[in-house]
Amino acid sequence: MDAATLPALTIHEARALLDSRQVSSVDLTKAVLERIAQTEDKVKAFVTVTEDLAIEQAERADARIANGDATPLTGIPMQLKDNMATRGVATTCSSRMLENYVPPYDATVTRRLYDQSAVLVGKGNLDEFAMGSSTENSAFFPTRNPWDLERVPGGSSGGPAAAVAASECFYSLGSDTGGSIRQPASLCGVVGLKPTYGLVSRYGLVAFASSLDQIGPITKDVTDCALVMNAIAGYDPKDSTSLNIGAPGYTNTLGRDLEGLRIGVPTEYFVEGMEPGVEDATRESIEILRQLGAEVVEMSLPHTSYALAVYYILAPSECSANLARYDGVKYGFSDREADTMWDALEQTRGRGFGPEVKRRIMLGTYALSAGYYDAFYLKAQRVRTIIRREFEQAFENLDAIVSATSPTVAFELGAKTSDPVQMYLSDVLTLPANIAGIPGMSIPAGLSDGLPVGLQILGKALGEETIFRIAHALEQATEWHKMRASI
Amino acid sequence: MTQISSDEIRHLSLLCRVAMSDDDVEVMREQMSNILNNISILNRVDTEGIEPTGHSVDLVSVMRDDEVQPSTDIEDILANAPTREGDFIRVRAVLE
Repeated sequence: MDAATLPALTIHEARALLDSRQVSSVDLTKAVLERIAQTEDKVKAFVTVTEDLAIEQAERADARIANGDATPLTGIPMQLKDNMATRGVATTCSSRMLENYVPPYDATVTRRLYDQSAVLVGKGNLDEFAMGSSTENSAFFPTRNPWDLERVPGGSSGGPAAAVAASECFYSLGSDTGGSIRQPASLCGVVGLKPTYGLVSRYGLVAFASSLDQIGPITKDVTDCALVMNAIAGYDPKDSTSLNIGAPGYTNTLGRDLEGLRIGVPTEYFVEGMEPGVEDATRESIEILRQLGAEVVEMSLPHTSYALAVYYILAPSECSANLARYDGVKYGFSDREADTMWDALEQTRGRGFGPEVKRRIMLGTYALSAGYYDAFYLKAQRVRTIIRREFEQAFENLDAIVSATSPTVAFELGAKTSDPVQMYLSDVLTLPANIAGIPGMSIPAGLSDGLPVGLQILGKALGEETIFRIAHALEQATEWHKMRASI
Repeated sequence: MTQISSDEIRHLSLLCRVAMSDDDVEVMREQMSNILNNISILNRVDTEGIEPTGHSVDLVSVMRDDEVQPSTDIEDILANAPTREGDFIRVRAVLE
């Protein structure tokens, strides 16, 4: 086995090699660390690489494999977005505010992966506090798209998507508040799932907008995505919004055809400004779904155009409340120069937060302040109800809804940084799912000008199994998921 | 056009305790005005009689027995404190 070829494998391919003792977890981990050493100065997908910890965890995984009690993710090297708590390993949110923060506890997702003896190779870069769509809002450095280093990987989970696309880890976990898993997965040509709100515990995920945030996998193919979901989904008493249901086995629905499924294509999702290459690839994928036996129907979600405005009231409002905790007292950056308590507080937050985070805190403070609360916050919550009902009604007659994930392929670094509204439009096709709480997956759907296009598959609440069934069928009928960035 | 004034920006920055220079205020005023203009599209939606949605799932109060359990190690928590004194976090004077 040539070690240099190992990092490009999927989880299930690596699993087969581990189980047949052709490679050890230490072999896999060393190969991935070597791959990181070779590519990371170009891609910059990691805030922290946990080399020593990874080798130590790999040795323990090998002992477990030798004992015959390996589970699907035992010994497989992975990355976590750097807004998920890892005990003893810095969790920065790519912010000056948390640059030196070392959590005293593990997030539930971290714990669940560790329970399987997964191997942590590092923490993925993100837009500061997960606010952004290009990873250029990281306070440390932008991540670059492995398909074209002059372009962004998307965001906010740009580090995780780029790391998976560059084979710097077998999988990563992202978080998705308005598209932050699906949009970067689309732009980097990998698979990303935002599960139903409440399906994966948010305990230990640094809060941004609590009614919208959800953790999910970023992987090389659909089977891997199901394997990671099996590990992380399920009830957690430590998250009061965790759904108290048994999580199904997501690998069970893979391999079934699409006969009898009804899939909707909303006309509003072919938005103005969509690149022709993206539209072509999307329509081609939809045609393949039809050929695979699905009934495809044109339909309408008329309030789609209001989702962006709803999002940019609700997310900043929740963010302004959640980020009030950063006061320079208990942990995180602390201004030591100011003379008084109030000055220190203002300087800590003025210097510790970057421009996008400040913009959203200010916007949320405005929307929640006296005189504006009804006109902005409550109004947005009422339109949220309308959008949610629109999806509920659509899913009475449909099994899934498909569209492009992003109106564009990866754009060049700096192209949208001066105009926040242009950047916000990157998420116009993904954020309705967060508003409604429904699941959505992005899977590779071909190339446009040599850059990946993603197809988004939306399902009803807890309809992940149908999404997996459709995604897997499309993947097996095409070669798109086998394309890798040639870095 | 929704316009927001520099004084309003200064007032907001005080409410959320984020220090801003005069240049910051001006940039923020322009950007927020632009964002608020885009958001004002919501006024076109008739929401008469529609209940607001706070969460997409129905929330229930989560109860548990009040039992003593091991908690996070004090040293681990204090290791992140900017300044400490013994087992306490040291803070600035609140009352002058």
